[in-house]
Amino acid sequence: MRVQILYSFFILMVALAGHFISNAYYLQVLTFIGINTLLALGLNMLMGYAGQISLGHAAFYGIGAYATAILTVHFSWSPWLALPVAIAAAVMVAYIVGVPTLKLSGYYLGMGTLGFGMIINIIFREWSSVTGGASGFVGIPALSLGPVSFSSRQNYLYLVWGCVLLCIVLCRRIIDSRVGRALRAIHDGEKAAAAVGVDTQKLKLQVFVLSAGMSALAGFLYAHLVCFISPETFSFIMSIRMVTMVVIGGMASIWGSLLGASLLTLLPEWLHAFSEFEMVVYGLILMIVMIFLPKGLTRGILDIVERSRRSL
Amino acid sequence: MLRIRNLKCFYGRIMAVKGISLSVGKGQIVTLIGANGAGKSTLLEAVCGLLPRWEGEILYEGDSLKGLDPPAIVRKGVSLVPEGRMIFPPMTVSDNLILGAYTMIRKKEDAAVKQDLERVMELFPILKDRYRQPAGTLSGGEQQMLAIGRALMSHPRLLLLDEPSMGLAPLIVEKIFQTLEMLRNEGMTILLVEQNARAALQIADRGYVFETGSIVLQGPAPDLLEDQEVKRAYLGKDYGGFYDH
Repeated sequence: MRVQILYSFFILMVALAGHFISNAYYLQVLTFIGINTLLALGLNMLMGYAGQISLGHAAFYGIGAYATAILTVHFSWSPWLALPVAIAAAVMVAYIVGVPTLKLSGYYLGMGTLGFGMIINIIFREWSSVTGGASGFVGIPALSLGPVSFSSRQNYLYLVWGCVLLCIVLCRRIIDSRVGRALRAIHDGEKAAAAVGVDTQKLKLQVFVLSAGMSALAGFLYAHLVCFISPETFSFIMSIRMVTMVVIGGMASIWGSLLGASLLTLLPEWLHAFSEFEMVVYGLILMIVMIFLPKGLTRGILDIVERSRRSL
Repeated sequence: MLRIRNLKCFYGRIMAVKGISLSVGKGQIVTLIGANGAGKSTLLEAVCGLLPRWEGEILYEGDSLKGLDPPAIVRKGVSLVPEGRMIFPPMTVSDNLILGAYTMIRKKEDAAVKQDLERVMELFPILKDRYRQPAGTLSGGEQQMLAIGRALMSHPRLLLLDEPSMGLAPLIVEKIFQTLEMLRNEGMTILLVEQNARAALQIADRGYVFETGSIVLQGPAPDLLEDQEVKRAYLGKDYGGFYDH
């Protein structure tokens, strides 16, 4: 019941935002928050719930974006046909990479995925005949569905947030199921999880593949929003930003992904005023959040609310 | 029920279990006692598939367990209560228990799982009071009960316990061991690894004494309780107290 209210509130907010905000800049920022939420949500399933770190997730974001770019521009496919192929490509790569890598854990898994992310990024940059190389890929078509054109920023906002809502519902269902319990068990103790009969390897691989698919969806949406992609967007720094969104927002929290993605998208926008000190202030804010709310924004805010309620 | 022949386990190039053989009959409590590092836990891990590399033969109800992964072994009816309890601390007691039935729920046996939950709570009423509490907030004894309860949720016919008395007050140990006896009387087969030799031998039918990867003594539990070597090494009686009589 409470969940239904949350969902309705969520839909209402998106609808209101789309209806009343006409400033193109604000709409764009909100759309980016949506795309980043998809990224954070996918990674949170892997990191927050299953407890497996990935420092190379920008690669899947990039694979989604480049796959749709190549198919729609070089092969003139419809983007809607390219979407499943883009997601399938990321899922397949995740599967191939995941089988050996997910046998690692902790720092070693971090290193493994980091290396993978770098390799993919180098491919984006160096395979110029296909990807456009370092100067980027231009001319990605805008989306449209029959009479509805998604080149209007309002419509794109609805599209992105519709995807976010779908993914939230999907993730919640997974988490509340038997599989979700098993994921958290892997997080708490892989050996103990195996001892109760959880197929830890298989489950880790499945959640890795799921989060790769969600990142690819975000990449698809990004490519058709901006219509221009370059390897820089999908570099190591992006992987780190994704991890930061998850940690700042709150591990193992769906709404935390939303909060973390919002903060990390909005901060650079707000901090333009500091001009050359922008990155300093940005880093400082992240440090302060981590020092005072070590469990992330969601848990931290909830704790503060509970404390003030108790002191009343 | 369980027959182990010439089992050798390795950690890298170190042989932790050096070719041991033992058997556990149906409806028996068999205990493995021995000091730290004797290879007792390694043996249990080999039986339930957590240890990937071992040589020799492990037969459960006549079938070899070689090459099976832990989920397959759990489905065959072998359940481990791991050393140090290894419950899932942030999850509630109920989630911990339901996870124990992970291999059962797949078969769409929700009603049966509910029944098992009731049965475990009957066995350990304290878990009922703690039902919605995070498992990490339980006391050591309660956590051990939870770990046993969780293991029972998969309907094992063979229950493996790795030092259930570790770090617990004597009264709680007694309570847990009474529960084990009760389970045995209901037909459960139990392989109990213990350092608390006296308590283990008191409820066991047979015992094996481990030392650095080999079995040095075996026999009916009452005999072992009386054995001089066991008394000296594991029951806390030193040479002085011994020979003065």
